[in-house]
Amino acid sequence: MSKTTFVVGIDGSDAGERALAFAKSRAKAGDDCTIALCYVIEWSPFSFQTPEENEERHKRREEEISMAHSRVLDPAVEATKSDGCQVTGTVKHGDAAEILDNLAKQLGAEQIIVGRVGARGLKERVFGGVTGRLVASASVPVTIIP
Amino acid sequence: MKKLFTAATLATLTPLATYAQEATVDEQINAAFSSSTGWFVNLIFMNIPGTSFPWIVMWLVIGASIFTVYFGLIQVRAFGHAISLVKGDYSDPDDAGEVSHFQALTTALSGTVGLGNIAGVAVAVGIGGPGATFWMVLAGLLGMASKFTECTLGVKYRNEYPDGTVSGGPMYYMVKGFKERNLPGGGVLAVLFSVFCILGALGGGNMFQANQAHAQISGIVGDYPGWMTGVVFAIVVFLVIVGGIKSIASVTEKVVPFMGVMYVVVAFIILLVNYDKIGWAFGQIFAGAFTGLGVAGGFVGALIQGFKRAAFSNEAGVGSAAIAHSAVRTKEPVTEGVVSLLEPFIDTVVICTMTALVITISGVLVIDPATGLYVLNEAGSSIQTTDGSSGVQLTSAAFATGFSWFPYVLAIAVILFAFSTMISWSYYGLKAWTYLVGEGKTKELIFKLIFCVFIVIGAAAQLGAVIDFSDAMIFAMAVVNITALYCLMPVVKREMESYFGRLKSGEIVKHKH
Repeated sequence: MSKTTFVVGIDGSDAGERALAFAKSRAKAGDDCTIALCYVIEWSPFSFQTPEENEERHKRREEEISMAHSRVLDPAVEATKSDGCQVTGTVKHGDAAEILDNLAKQLGAEQIIVGRVGARGLKERVFGGVTGRLVASASVPVTIIP
Repeated sequence: MKKLFTAATLATLTPLATYAQEATVDEQINAAFSSSTGWFVNLIFMNIPGTSFPWIVMWLVIGASIFTVYFGLIQVRAFGHAISLVKGDYSDPDDAGEVSHFQALTTALSGTVGLGNIAGVAVAVGIGGPGATFWMVLAGLLGMASKFTECTLGVKYRNEYPDGTVSGGPMYYMVKGFKERNLPGGGVLAVLFSVFCILGALGGGNMFQANQAHAQISGIVGDYPGWMTGVVFAIVVFLVIVGGIKSIASVTEKVVPFMGVMYVVVAFIILLVNYDKIGWAFGQIFAGAFTGLGVAGGFVGALIQGFKRAAFSNEAGVGSAAIAHSAVRTKEPVTEGVVSLLEPFIDTVVICTMTALVITISGVLVIDPATGLYVLNEAGSSIQTTDGSSGVQLTSAAFATGFSWFPYVLAIAVILFAFSTMISWSYYGLKAWTYLVGEGKTKELIFKLIFCVFIVIGAAAQLGAVIDFSDAMIFAMAVVNITALYCLMPVVKREMESYFGRLKSGEIVKHKH
């Protein structure tokens, strides 16, 4: 019996929900399968901040993490559990593509499942979306749910 | 203290609009300020008896030299490690989302990179000749050790509050560090430092900036009343520090580094185009450093100007950086000290030197073809320039020899630098203020309002005496701060030896990314 893990990126959007729904149906199809839910708060250590923002950074970070848990991650973990799937949940700061891939490597995951986030204006076109970068850099197969 | 400020606020709020027009009000304020504060300014900038060397410059340079020797050339030994830390090689991935070394460094830099690098250097080279650059770079290199000392202490003795916010700076290491070492007087130094810091924030960190920004704008669009510039600046600063409109601040915080990089790149291109003169320029700098090449005050003049401008520009030993750097997330205070030593390097050794080289190479300083020496102006106080300009205008003219459009970019850069320096200093001043009067929304609001009012005063009035006073205040901070650093440097040494010992033994390792 093989043990498999799916890393699922969620962000509170419908796309994330669809990714989770897909992961659940796949997990039920297999036997010993764990869904590793991950919520990434976009953040860069190389951004520029004012002294005041720096002073409050630690507090804001705690708030961001607890809000991500209460609003998105914890309900999703509960819902997945009640559907009879094994599930873990993490919240991390950083670049979503990088974090999801690192998590997949760390857990020896079989694949990463994310929802496709619609293009959001110029920024998305110039820099490429999270999904685009993930596909370009991931070390395991990536499934993108439209 | 508080009463004085309230009085000043009321006095300025009422006749705000009339300020610029009625010179009499300016003159009255000037006179009142000169008579009450002149003695202090004179005391700070007093020359060492028998020389034309201000003792305060000596104080900063000696302090920096002592730290350099005491910490065994830390600026050289830890330079590579500093870059590694800024890149995040040693940052714990689990701390992602906290203030990084890079952020602490750039925040502090946006408070120091400013008019000093553009206007100050032009003044130094204009009066002291290219040789001043040599001494400026030397002072910048030495100043790295002062920064290392104060920023390590800033992180070590910062306050971490239950709600997760942090507050640090000289006042905290003065009180806590002195107590830990059983030294007397920490509380007194902390109060003195805070008073000087508040006044320095209102002066050098505010009025001087507003004043110079207005001078630069009116230089391009033509003369108009300064209070207009002041009101616009005050409104924008008000929106940021009182209204909490982060977007304006974050735009500035993003544009300022871009401007800084662009400034260096343009300077670099000008140097590349004139690559055949670079050797000559360095020759001028080295020869001028020891002989003066006929500039005002000769070799000593070059030395004083170089040292003074470096100190003005990078604030090493002043204590302001210790406030800015203390928010970083690290378990090792030494790491932030190491990162902070890049600050005088970037500010003085790189940016100031670029400015000085461009001014030297551009040929805006008039040389007598017969003797090869610089020609002094009629007053004999500084070197004759091709268009008679000095300060920001001289830098502007020098860059314009390479790119004719550069003065416009420079004007924008000056405004943005002035703005970001104001935001940084409003924070330093606020920290000192809350240290004295306590924390609280209303108390903080009072300081922020005073700060905004002083922007208008600074831009509107030609308050030479007030500006002298505020410069003196920033140096007064250094007198108190360096005294404390002498008392606490053994603590830093212990931390430093422990940290580098563990780094060498492999106990502290890089995190994989």
